[in-house]
Amino acid sequence: MKYILMMNCPKTGYDTFGAWPKKDIQAHIAFMHGFNKALREEGVLVYAEGLADPKQAKLVRAGKDGVPITDGVFPEAKEYLAGYWIVDVEGPEQAYAIAARASAAPGPGGAPANIPIEVRQVMSAAPAEWQ
Amino acid sequence: MAVTLPDAHSEHLLRELAPQVLGAMIRRFRDFAAVEDAVQEALIAATVQWPREGVSDNPRGWLIQVASRRMTDHLRSEAARRRRETAAVRECIAIDSEPEQDDTLILLFMCCHSALTPSSAIALTLRAMGGLTTAEIANAFLVPEATMAQRISRSKQSIKASGVPFRLPTDQERAERLRAVLHVLYLIFNEGYTSSVGPQLQRLELSREAIRLTRMVHSLLPDDGEVAGLLALMLLTDARRAARTGADGELIPLTKQDRTLWDRKEIAEGIALVSAALSKGSIGAYQLQAAIAAVHDEAARAEDTDWPQILALYDLLKRMSDNPMVTLNHAVAAAMVHGPSAGLELLTALDADGRLTGHHRLDAVRAHLLEMAGDHQAAIAHYQTAASRATSLPERNYLITQAARLREQPS
Repeated sequence: MKYILMMNCPKTGYDTFGAWPKKDIQAHIAFMHGFNKALREEGVLVYAEGLADPKQAKLVRAGKDGVPITDGVFPEAKEYLAGYWIVDVEGPEQAYAIAARASAAPGPGGAPANIPIEVRQVMSAAPAEWQ
Repeated sequence: MAVTLPDAHSEHLLRELAPQVLGAMIRRFRDFAAVEDAVQEALIAATVQWPREGVSDNPRGWLIQVASRRMTDHLRSEAARRRRETAAVRECIAIDSEPEQDDTLILLFMCCHSALTPSSAIALTLRAMGGLTTAEIANAFLVPEATMAQRISRSKQSIKASGVPFRLPTDQERAERLRAVLHVLYLIFNEGYTSSVGPQLQRLELSREAIRLTRMVHSLLPDDGEVAGLLALMLLTDARRAARTGADGELIPLTKQDRTLWDRKEIAEGIALVSAALSKGSIGAYQLQAAIAAVHDEAARAEDTDWPQILALYDLLKRMSDNPMVTLNHAVAAAMVHGPSAGLELLTALDADGRLTGHHRLDAVRAHLLEMAGDHQAAIAHYQTAASRATSLPERNYLITQAARLREQPS
């Protein structure tokens, strides 16, 4: 079964990350590369992406005749998706274990950042027979 | 086998021979991964050579010989590197003629070994038994090919590390090992039996492959009632494929299906298989499930369904297996025979049992029975709870539509 593992951050999260010491930034990036490679080798990785800085995010609605209306005003408290993994695993416990590994990505000073990871099941299960 | 095959006959022959040759090669050389490469090369050689020069009189022997030559080359270069040439090559010179049926069966037992997780066993079985390429398997499960290739390669390593000998299981372990094989084949079939998720053709391939492999096991073990039962169950279920989903992939429940779309040939074959198996006496869970499917398939209209017979079969099945899903279906059958309150009463036992707590099927069945009992408000609530717990998009859509239908229906 498939799960999406979502790493969220506040709007200023990317600035905070960018202000880390160089070696910590490099360690974090190296961790993510290694983590994705490991997931592929374990035969569980379906897809992984990192998203651009939330400051570039736009809210889009359809205006008259479907013309897009963009808007950059978001509520202050909003958390942004920074990146996600989709994994194909045997069950929820395995998904949680992978999420914990992602959460332990190194932060400032190399200590685990303990980033919260939201785990949601993808609705890709096979439907059963209905009477 | 990412090659164009000359014709359907050749392709069929190669599919049949692939697991036999792979089995024979593993028996001889033991190294699953290296042997598989050699077998792939032999199969490719066959697709090039046979159309030009004709199929060899002994195609299996020909493939084993070519694969062995490749393997010997491989071992020689390996051995030269590691200075172990003599011992390694000596081991692989003799080409014997072991019974090919055994090799196919042993290979299948290996692929479905309990050392593997279900998804690993599924992937390895599909790959090793000659039916599908890694790309096809990856497509069917909607994962990248590289990920699937790693999963298969790790499965082979697990098999190697577990030290399973290449031989048929002993009499003591046989029943359990066969149960594991049948379970993997059943899972493959189920994965494929959903035309509404993923690319339809690839999913269809999974069901076809499951049926092909089960048919093969049945021809090797014709006296095993459960193998026959599983094959019958697959055919009797697959027969309803065309009627099971609507134009937009929406689920159509059994009672609403257009039964003229059911595949009569598959139904006839399934019924013949399960009848023959049941008459032999050793009744098992797959045979009973097939018998239930047969009763459904025999009804020309939903209202003609012989529910008392289905209920009797579920009674037997429940005594045989401690599976809460069986109890759930038993409750539906009881409601159809004795009325909804009889079914709802059986669901109370499931609440106490606890294994289905939080499972959407328990809420969905309760909703259905409450609707039968005329309690629409409670039915709506349970349809909605079921929808919130569903992990399949078509099922979720089906359940919220049921709730909406009841809300808008004048009571």
